Amino acid sequence: MEKQINHTASSGTSNCDLQVRLGDMTLRNPVIPASGTFGFGLEMKDVFDLNLLGGISLKGTTREARFGNPTPRIAECREGMINSVGLQNPGIDALVGEKAPALRAVYDGCIIANISGFSVDEYVDCCRRADACKAIDLLEINVSCPNVHGGGMAFGTDPKMAAEVTAAVKRVASKPVYIKLSPNVTDIVAMACACEEAGADGLVLINTLLGMRIDIRRRQPVLANKMGGFSGPAIFPLALRMVWQVAHACSIPVIGCGGVASAEDVMEMMMAGASAVEVGAENLRNPYACRDIIEALPRVMASLGISNLNDLMI
Amino acid sequence: MGRLNKSLFAIVSQREVAPRSFLLQLEGDTSAITGSGQFVQVALPGRYLRRPISVCNVTAPQDLGQADNLTRTSGRPGRLTLLYKIMGAGTDQMATMRPGDTLELLTGLGNGFDTSACREKALLVGGGMGVAPLYLLAQELLAQGKQVQVILGFNQASEICLEDEFRALGVEVLISTADGSRGVKGFVTDAIKTLAEQDSAGRSTLNAISSDGSASPFVDGQTVPYDYFYTCGPMVMMKAVCALCPTEGQASLEERMGCGFGICYGCTVATQDGPRRVCADGPVFTKTQLGW
Repeated sequence: MEKQINHTASSGTSNCDLQVRLGDMTLRNPVIPASGTFGFGLEMKDVFDLNLLGGISLKGTTREARFGNPTPRIAECREGMINSVGLQNPGIDALVGEKAPALRAVYDGCIIANISGFSVDEYVDCCRRADACKAIDLLEINVSCPNVHGGGMAFGTDPKMAAEVTAAVKRVASKPVYIKLSPNVTDIVAMACACEEAGADGLVLINTLLGMRIDIRRRQPVLANKMGGFSGPAIFPLALRMVWQVAHACSIPVIGCGGVASAEDVMEMMMAGASAVEVGAENLRNPYACRDIIEALPRVMASLGISNLNDLMI
Repeated sequence: MGRLNKSLFAIVSQREVAPRSFLLQLEGDTSAITGSGQFVQVALPGRYLRRPISVCNVTAPQDLGQADNLTRTSGRPGRLTLLYKIMGAGTDQMATMRPGDTLELLTGLGNGFDTSACREKALLVGGGMGVAPLYLLAQELLAQGKQVQVILGFNQASEICLEDEFRALGVEVLISTADGSRGVKGFVTDAIKTLAEQDSAGRSTLNAISSDGSASPFVDGQTVPYDYFYTCGPMVMMKAVCALCPTEGQASLEERMGCGFGICYGCTVATQDGPRRVCADGPVFTKTQLGW
C-alpha cells in the first residue's frame, strides 16, 4: 500500500532530497522524536514548526492510565541520563480519542503511537484501538515491559514472547507494526528475526539500557525506583552496532534510535542500515534538537557528497 | 508553551551572600519571563542536563535606564537575578563563573504565582533558597497596591539571604532560625504563629475568607492578618505552612527534572486532579490542588 504522508521537503540546498522510504510510506525526512521525549507532540507546537519533522513518536501508552513511578525519576550521567518515569500516560482511550486527533489537526507527518503492555491481551487491546484511530499512521510496540503474567521478565528479552506479541498484534492491525526492541538481551539479532518471522513490518532499536546511579553523599540510589533506562550519547555506539547487526540480518526496515544528537549521527545510523532515525534524550537538553538536526542535514550531506538518504547502508 | 526561549546570557556579577549561596546577575533576553514564580534551565558546559533555578528578580530593559554595551544582543537586554546554593556538580561549576562568562538558558518556564488570588494582604513564607522567587512576587504584589508580610526561615543566622533586599522594598520581614541565632527560634510556622499573637495585641485584623468560604479564619484562636499566602522552600516546610494557614495559598514546588519544559514527565507530582508536571503545570500549585 503506497502511502505518501509528507510533501516534498524544502531542504535549502538545491541537490538535496531529505525524503526517505519507510516500508510503503515516504517521510519528508528521517528525523523522528522518540517516544517519551516529545510528550504527545502538541506540547511542542509553539516551540518550532512540527511540520518540519519526518514523524513523531508519541509518549508510550498503556490500556489504563498510569501515574508512573515515584520521583526522583531522573538521574544525570556523564554523557547521558537515566529515567524511571514508569510509563506515566493517560491511557489508550485518551490517546485515540483526544491526543492523536489533536496532533493530526496541526501535523501532517507520520504519527507513531507507542504501545506498551504488561500482557499479550493488553497489547492486542491497545493496538486494536490505535489501529482504528485515523490520526495514527504507525504502531510502535514497546516490548521492554515486564510480562506480569509470565514471571515479570520483559517481553523483549525472550524471542518467543516477542514473537507472540508481534503475531497477536499483527492479527488486529492493518497499519504498519514496528517492534521497538530492548537492548538488554544477549542476542539482538535473534530477537529481531523472531519478530520479523512473526510478521513485524519493521523494527525500532534500541530502547534504553538498564542503568543505575548512587548518591555517594546520601548513600542511596538516585532514582526512587533504584534502576532506570540509560540513554544519551554514551549508548550511541551500542545502538549503532545493534542497528548494523539487525539491518544486515533482517529484510524489514529498521528505525535507528539511541544517543543520536546531530545530523552526523543521523548519517552514521543510516549508513549502519537505519531507514529513519529517532532522536530521544537530546530533545530534553535542547527543545529545538530535531529542528536543528533537520536544518543541518543538507550541509552534512553535501560535505559527504550525498544527495539522497535512501540506500545508504554500507 | 508559547514563551519558551533559548538564549545566551552574560554574567554581570556573582556574589556569595551566605555560605555556598550565590546571587548571580545575568544580562540577556528576559522577554520570555512574564512574572514571578517562573524558573530557568541553565546549561553548564560538560553537564548533560540543565539545572532548574527559580527567577529571583528580573528587570526589563526599559527599567534599566541607560543601556550599557555589555552584550551585543539585537534587542536591549534585561537583567535576571538568580539565588542558588551549591547542591551538586552543576551548581558547583556555576559558582566558579565570572563576569563576562556566558551561560545558555531556557527561559519562559513554569506557570508562576497568581497574584490576583490575593485580595489585599499577602503572607509570603520562604525557607532556605525558597526565599528566592518570593522577592519578585513581593514587588508585583506591592505594585498592585497590596500589603505584603514576609517570613524568611533558615537554619542559622549565617545562612540568611535577601533580608536586606526585602526590607528595602518597605515590607515587614520576620526572620526565623532553627538554632535561634536570629529572630524567632524555630521554624517559619513558629514565626507565623507570632503574627496572630501580635495581632491580638491590637493591630487591625483583616476579615479574611478561609478556603471553605467562611469568614474570619483563625490560627490558634486568633484572626490572621492576611487573606492569602505564598510559600516556597523545603517540601516539609511548605506542607506545614499549608496546614497552619487557614486561608488558601500557593506553594512553589521543586523536583528533579529532565527537560524542564513539560515533555519527559520526569518531575511529576500527585494532585487532586491527577499527576501534574512540576515544570509545566507548576511549579506553583494551590494548597487545594496539592491536597495539603
